[in-house]
Amino acid sequence: MFTALLVAALAVVLAFLTLPLLAIFLDVSPRELVGSLDDPGATDALVLSLEVSAIALVVIVLVGTPAAWLLATRSFPGRAVAITLVELPLVVPPAVAGIGLLAALGPQGLLGQPLAHAGVELVFQTAGVVVALVFVASPFYVRQAIAAFGALDPAVIEASRTLGAGDARTFARVAVPGARSGLVAGAALAWGRALGEFGATLVFAGSLTGVTQTAPLAIYERFSDDFTGALALSAVLVAASAAILLAVKPVAGGGVLGDARA
Amino acid sequence: MRASRSLCAALAPLALATAGCGGGGGGSGRSAKPQLTVSAAASLKGAFTTYGQQFGGAEARFSFAGSDELAAQIRKGVRPDVFAAANTKLPDQLYHEGKVTKPVVFAGNRLVLAVPAESSKISTLRDLTRSGAKLAVGAESVPVGSYTRDVLARLPAGESKAILANVRSNEPDVKGVIGKLTQGAADAGFVYATDVVATEGKVRTIELPRSLQPRVKYGIAAVKGAKQPKAAKAFIDGLLSGAGLKAMTDAGFESPK
Repeated sequence: MFTALLVAALAVVLAFLTLPLLAIFLDVSPRELVGSLDDPGATDALVLSLEVSAIALVVIVLVGTPAAWLLATRSFPGRAVAITLVELPLVVPPAVAGIGLLAALGPQGLLGQPLAHAGVELVFQTAGVVVALVFVASPFYVRQAIAAFGALDPAVIEASRTLGAGDARTFARVAVPGARSGLVAGAALAWGRALGEFGATLVFAGSLTGVTQTAPLAIYERFSDDFTGALALSAVLVAASAAILLAVKPVAGGGVLGDARA
Repeated sequence: MRASRSLCAALAPLALATAGCGGGGGGSGRSAKPQLTVSAAASLKGAFTTYGQQFGGAEARFSFAGSDELAAQIRKGVRPDVFAAANTKLPDQLYHEGKVTKPVVFAGNRLVLAVPAESSKISTLRDLTRSGAKLAVGAESVPVGSYTRDVLARLPAGESKAILANVRSNEPDVKGVIGKLTQGAADAGFVYATDVVATEGKVRTIELPRSLQPRVKYGIAAVKGAKQPKAAKAFIDGLLSGAGLKAMTDAGFESPK
C-alpha cells in the first residue's frame, strides 16, 4: 500500500516536471526548429549563451574550488556565516540579483567610480553578462564542492600530509581528484543555471543581439510576436541542458547530480 | 488572514484565472467584492494603481508588463478581465481575433527623450548620433519601441542609422528603459512623458519636435470569456469619466482625442 503511494507520488512528480518540456518539442516541428536556427538573431543568442556560460563556469571553478576546500576543511570563526553568504544567491530572485549588481558595479554603484577609472565597463557589455552568470550560478558549484570535499576520508588527506606532500600538493593531487565526481556534478549544475539565466542579465547587462542577448532573453523577446521561434529556441536550450546533464553522468557517478557522498 | 491575502496577491500574476483568493479575508468588508484582473501596459502602472485603490466595483489586481507580452498571453488562452495597451493596434487585433470586446481609446501620451537628471551628456536629439552615446530603447515589439522607431524613421537616414547604432539595450518594456536611466547605465532613452513624471526628478525630459511626435493612444477592452464582465465594464467606464480619468490626468496622461 505504502509502496503504491510512493509510486503514485513519483508518477505525479515525473509527469509534472516533464510535461512542459515535452510540450515544447510537441509544439514545434523539426522543420520549424531547423528553420528558426537560420534566423541570425537566434544563432547569435545561442552562440553567445554558450560562450558566456563557459567563461562564467571557468571563473567559478577556478575561484570556487579553493574557496570550497577552505570552507570544507578548516574551522574558523564566521565559517557558518561564510557558508550562508555563499548560498544566499540561491534564494535571491534573479531580478534582485541584477538590481544588486547595478547598485554595486553600475556606473552609480558603490564601486562605479573606481571601475570607471580602471576603464572597466560592465553594463551593456558581454563582460557584464558573465558577471551576472557568475553571481547566480556559483553557489550551485561551491555548495556541491564543499559537500564533495567534506565527504573525503580525512585519513587519506592526513596520510598525504604525513608522507610529506604540502597543503597545496595535497589539495591538487589528492583532494581534487578524490572529489572529482562531486565537483563535476556541481559544475554541471552551475553551467545549466548559467545557461538559463534571465533576470539578472536583463536588469544588469540589458538585451542587445550579439552583445548581451543570451538565448533566454531572445526567447522572451520572441514570445510576443514569434511564438514558434520562441519554442524552437527553447527546444534547443532544453536539448543543450539535457546534453550537459547526460555528458557528466558517467563522471558524476551513479547518483547523478546532487549525491553529496559524491 | 493577512498572510493568506498577501500570498494570493503574490500568486495573482501566476494564475490570473484563480478564483476564491481573498474569500477568507473575513470581516474586513473587502472580501465580498469580486476580484477584477487587469492586464495593463507597464506605463499605466502608477495611474492604474491609484485608480484601483479607489475603484468600488471590485478588488482590482494588476499585471503590468509590455503590452505585446500581455496580448501574447491572451492569445495563448490567459483570461484577465481587462486588457489595456499602450497602443490601439494590439487591442484592435485581439478584437478582430474575437478575444476581446470592441476596444475604446481612453488616453493619450507623448513620447519624449529622457536623460538621467544629473547627466549633461545629451541635451538634444542630435547628440544621440555621437559615437559613444549609450541609448536604451524598447524592443521593436513593445509599443514604446515601435513608437521610438517611428520617430527615428522621420529623421534623415544618416542620423537615424547613427542613433540606432548607439542602442545598447532593447528592453522588454518601458520600465526597463527607465530603470537603465535612473541607474545612470544609459545616457538617454525614449520613454513616455508620464514615466518621467513618475521618477520624481531622477530623470529629465527632452521634448521631441512636434513634427517627430508619434500619436500615442491607449486602447482598452474587456476580455471575452473572463469572469467579471460587469466589473470590467465599470472599470473601463470609470476611465472615460470618473475616478479613473482623474487618476490618469493626475499622472500626466492626455485626453484621448
